[in-house]
Amino acid sequence: MAIELEDVWFVYPNGVEALRGISLTIEEGEFVVIMGPNGAGKTTLVKTFNGLIRPTRGRVLVDGVDTRDATVAELSRKVGLVFQNPDHQLFCETVEEEVAFALRNFGFEDDEIRRRVDWALRTFGLEGYRDASPLALSGGEKKRVALASVLVWEPKYLVLDEPTLGQDYAQKKRLRELIRGLLGDRTVIMVTHDVEFVADMRPRPRLILMSGGRLLADGRAEEILTDPERIDMARLVRPQVPEVLRNLRSLGAPVRTDVLDVEEARDIILSALEVGRG
Amino acid sequence: MPIIEIEGLRFTYSGSRKPALNGIDLSIEKGEFVVLTGPSGCGKTTFCRCLNGLIPHFYHGDFQGRVVVAGLDTREHEIWELAQHVGLVFQNPENQLFCLTVEADVAFGPENLGLPREEIRRRVDWALRATGMWELRFRAPHELSGGQQQRAAIAGVLAMEPEVLVLDEPTSFLDPAGAAEIIALVAKLSREHRMTVILAEHRLELVAPYADRIIVMEEGRIALNGPPEEVLTSGKATELGVGIPKVVKLHALLAASGLRLSRVPLSPREMAELLAEVAKDWR
Repeated sequence: MAIELEDVWFVYPNGVEALRGISLTIEEGEFVVIMGPNGAGKTTLVKTFNGLIRPTRGRVLVDGVDTRDATVAELSRKVGLVFQNPDHQLFCETVEEEVAFALRNFGFEDDEIRRRVDWALRTFGLEGYRDASPLALSGGEKKRVALASVLVWEPKYLVLDEPTLGQDYAQKKRLRELIRGLLGDRTVIMVTHDVEFVADMRPRPRLILMSGGRLLADGRAEEILTDPERIDMARLVRPQVPEVLRNLRSLGAPVRTDVLDVEEARDIILSALEVGRG
Repeated sequence: MPIIEIEGLRFTYSGSRKPALNGIDLSIEKGEFVVLTGPSGCGKTTFCRCLNGLIPHFYHGDFQGRVVVAGLDTREHEIWELAQHVGLVFQNPENQLFCLTVEADVAFGPENLGLPREEIRRRVDWALRATGMWELRFRAPHELSGGQQQRAAIAGVLAMEPEVLVLDEPTSFLDPAGAAEIIALVAKLSREHRMTVILAEHRLELVAPYADRIIVMEEGRIALNGPPEEVLTSGKATELGVGIPKVVKLHALLAASGLRLSRVPLSPREMAELLAEVAKDWR
């Protein structure tokens, strides 16, 4: 079971080629992060996963089903997409209705809906906001409602578009823990710019870099995030830990630079200095 | 005399019971680069709005205390007057650009001041060049990238020739390289024109190297206020959920293993240089 893209092209009506021949497979259970500059086609790419965007050329298969042969509603049962801007997603009068909305559409029984909504509100610390209007909440709270209202139907493939945007450090930490808890049972696909957020993720994800509608790199996060050339091409900011080691190396220290972890960097630095002392 | 002086500032938005700012005393010297941070909802945006008079003139509520910027008490001077001393740049550049060309947008402020033509020309040209927007001056703002739009917004504020530049999370909508470019631009303006900068930002790894001072807010109050090395290494910052840059964490881990550096590094290059100093002694 997988999401498979075969030479996918997408051209917007204004002629902009947002996707230019993308082929890739995301297996069930994988944890994948997609990064790249604004306008790289990241959001367009993930919208092909649930049929919101159908390829101009090539095809997208979700568990073997061509997205052109299924409705967005059918695909969404499997592929849950949480948008970047919660204002584009939230429209109900209360948080509770918002979280229950998709469940009603998917035809869940009332008891099941109640059980799942209670679970989601509890999980996201939203119990106190059950009757509040989603639009009256803070940015961080809206993001949690948007996430809860998708996770509640337990889509097999969960797609998060820029979940850390505008979130403070404590909220990011909670989000990281939440994602970690979902891994294993679920395929998680996350679009983000946040290099240090990805560097702090455990387990480390598979990382896909995009630029100009094409794939720039596809591999282990440790390998790509510690490669300054590819980081610069994707208009990301180089993570600090490998950057310290690279600067040290250019000053003559015999150190590895393919490291993201602070503790590991400490050990490398200490042993390099011991060599210098002896 | 400080360029910004705040005494006993309290503000509660109309219709809200909880004060957004709850007792702020602060003074900022001319030319300082001050980073303002703290968890979402701590009052950063409200604080920024107090500096250019949007509070209390535009956003109403219960205002107590005193905010004096460039010698002007914000309660006694109107927004247009304060705008000649304090420029405010918002999170989303789309919200501040509305003209057909970048140049017209940048000229909008000075035109409204009724300045002579040549003076407007001089200011607009200067602001466009200072922000690297000169080549793009005839473009429509909506055709630009987010980073270029934010540059245009900053140019519009600069054309008012303010002594104080206040930026409320100006890079949230930009990609990381675009964000780093905007911060470097602000640092350059502050250095070359001795402009006072108040920058609200979560991503401290991006801004700490430029900061003279970091202020951490919590629940409408100032929780920490000091040089970056001091604030970022205090236990309180971690407790408040401030995102401590990795180089500062690495510095702490090395210190715990007995390796002391002459100061707390704020960027990877600085850290490598400090380590190289130590290594030389040992060889």
